[in-house]
Amino acid sequence: MSVATKIGTTKKNGNHRSTEPAAIRWLLTAIALLFLGLFLLVPLAAVFSQAFEKGVAVYLAAINEADSWSSIRLTLITAAVAVPLNLVFGVIASWGIAKFSFPGKNLLITLIDLPFSVSPVISGLIYILIFGRQGWLGPFLEGHDIKIVFAVPGIILATVFVTFPFIARELIPLMEAQGRDEEEAAMVLGATGLQTFFRVTLPNIKWGIIYGVILCNARAMGEFGAVSVVSGHIRGMTNTLPLHVEILYNEYNYTAAFAVASLLAFLALITLVVKTVVEWKVRQQMAE
Amino acid sequence: MSIEIQNISKQFGTFNALSDINLEIPSGELVALLGPSGSGKTTLLRIIAGLERADQGEIRFNGVDTSESHVRERKVGFVFQHYALFKHMTVFDNVAFGLTVRPRSTRPSKAEIREKVIKLLQLVQLEGMAQRYPAQLSGGQRQRIALARALAVEPQVLLLDEPFGALDAQVRAELRRWLRKLHDEIHVTSVFVTHDQEEALEVADRIVVMNKGKIEQAGTPDQVYDHPANPFVLNFLGNVNLFHGRLHQPGGEQHESGEHTVSYVRSHDLEIDRSQLDSTALKAEIKHIQKLGPSVRVTLAVAGSGEMVEAELTRDVFQVLGLQQGEAVFVRPRQVRVFVEDYQI
Repeated sequence: MSVATKIGTTKKNGNHRSTEPAAIRWLLTAIALLFLGLFLLVPLAAVFSQAFEKGVAVYLAAINEADSWSSIRLTLITAAVAVPLNLVFGVIASWGIAKFSFPGKNLLITLIDLPFSVSPVISGLIYILIFGRQGWLGPFLEGHDIKIVFAVPGIILATVFVTFPFIARELIPLMEAQGRDEEEAAMVLGATGLQTFFRVTLPNIKWGIIYGVILCNARAMGEFGAVSVVSGHIRGMTNTLPLHVEILYNEYNYTAAFAVASLLAFLALITLVVKTVVEWKVRQQMAE
Repeated sequence: MSIEIQNISKQFGTFNALSDINLEIPSGELVALLGPSGSGKTTLLRIIAGLERADQGEIRFNGVDTSESHVRERKVGFVFQHYALFKHMTVFDNVAFGLTVRPRSTRPSKAEIREKVIKLLQLVQLEGMAQRYPAQLSGGQRQRIALARALAVEPQVLLLDEPFGALDAQVRAELRRWLRKLHDEIHVTSVFVTHDQEEALEVADRIVVMNKGKIEQAGTPDQVYDHPANPFVLNFLGNVNLFHGRLHQPGGEQHESGEHTVSYVRSHDLEIDRSQLDSTALKAEIKHIQKLGPSVRVTLAVAGSGEMVEAELTRDVFQVLGLQQGEAVFVRPRQVRVFVEDYQI
């Protein structure tokens, strides 16, 4: 029993004086669980039950279809490009913000948060306005026969924009909390800028990067709004998984829609598991 | 390597961190930059290291101007107040870091690096800790590793920023003595920053007292303590009493404190006696007695003026006198200093 509880409390009550009475605790926990169940578990269960409603064979057939495969492929390619790009940008931006002082720093931080505050539909519209036929670069692109909007590059660009803040927002507070001391020590000892970055800065932010990448990936694969505006919904060519789900649903092909949606649900579950493992490892590291 | 600091000035926004600092540090000397917070001592240290840039002035190492050389080219060792050890590397890798980042052409072989690191760990008496991580070490151990790491690159100048500030009193006292011994063996030109006057007096060859971005006085510990240049230095290096009014100096001199003169007496220079031994003694009433381990602080009110003064007595002297609160006694200053300028502490 801690020393603190001996002051002013009777031994009988022990720690209970500092927490809510049992009834309130149970009530709050129940409300939280109800909320969780209603908004998370029930929809998840609905997706899987609808997907397997007509049996496993129909489920597999829906996923095994050509358009499904191309949408899976496109989603994977988009994530495979967007996440590394954002990783590089995010690390560089966080490094600049956390380790240096320069005019306009606060503006940069605000700009990094911009994709969060903008509606995903607008995020997609931005690219139409810039790269579309009537856009700023429209005539130039047409003249050189380069397709950006309604094609894969546009999808990737829109995804990069929307998922940009995840890694930066994870790293900036982490790096600011770590301060500049270690980097200064490295420089005084004779390390070059690159040596300092790779041998001192990077290992310290390892878990922040992993966490940021997990979140960035989850959003990159699941993004709907921005990609929907930019993609053109050309079946088999510019449909990502989320868009494909929408198409199937609009054709009243519910089982197939839910079957494909279950893939995204699996992704969400895997993301959750990996996230929990990483958090556990971080806590272990902190405790050392 | 000698250090010449010429006309160094530095501003942070509108704040004058340093104003026209001039200082010469001969090779092999251990110098303390002593002063309160905001005096500019850490800024000066960082400018010498190259971690900050001065707005004006020059720093010369052995006569060579360093303004164009980058931090990593200056061959200085820097020990930070909070150690700045690389937390994801072992102690061995930390100490070896300065050697392993050298360009291939000047980098020693793995065996040489290993030998060097082991020798340094022996020097700081931590050979068994090579495979531990900084998080597993105590504060004092971490600081010694930070020192070993700084010495690994054989710096020509060693700079320490309040190296013992984050440690508890016992460890601080030990490391202080240890640093002095180390310097006696290695003789690297060293500059360390501290706000602890006891530390400066114990460790340094020379003390530079700084205040508000200027140097108040630079001299040996004896010079600075016994012959302070102004009231600030006098007050910073020990407790001081101010006397307004006439004071008789032992030896017959009389000091009249007028508008422009104030008399200063150190706490331990005030003797307390029950009888008036001579004309220099002043009548006073004991207001408060505070025991402080090896010494006793007695607060008294001088009769007539009502000025509060503090006398510091050793434990045994106090016990022999057997003083009580409220007693009327006589205080006698052993040494009085007068500064003629209008100076505020």
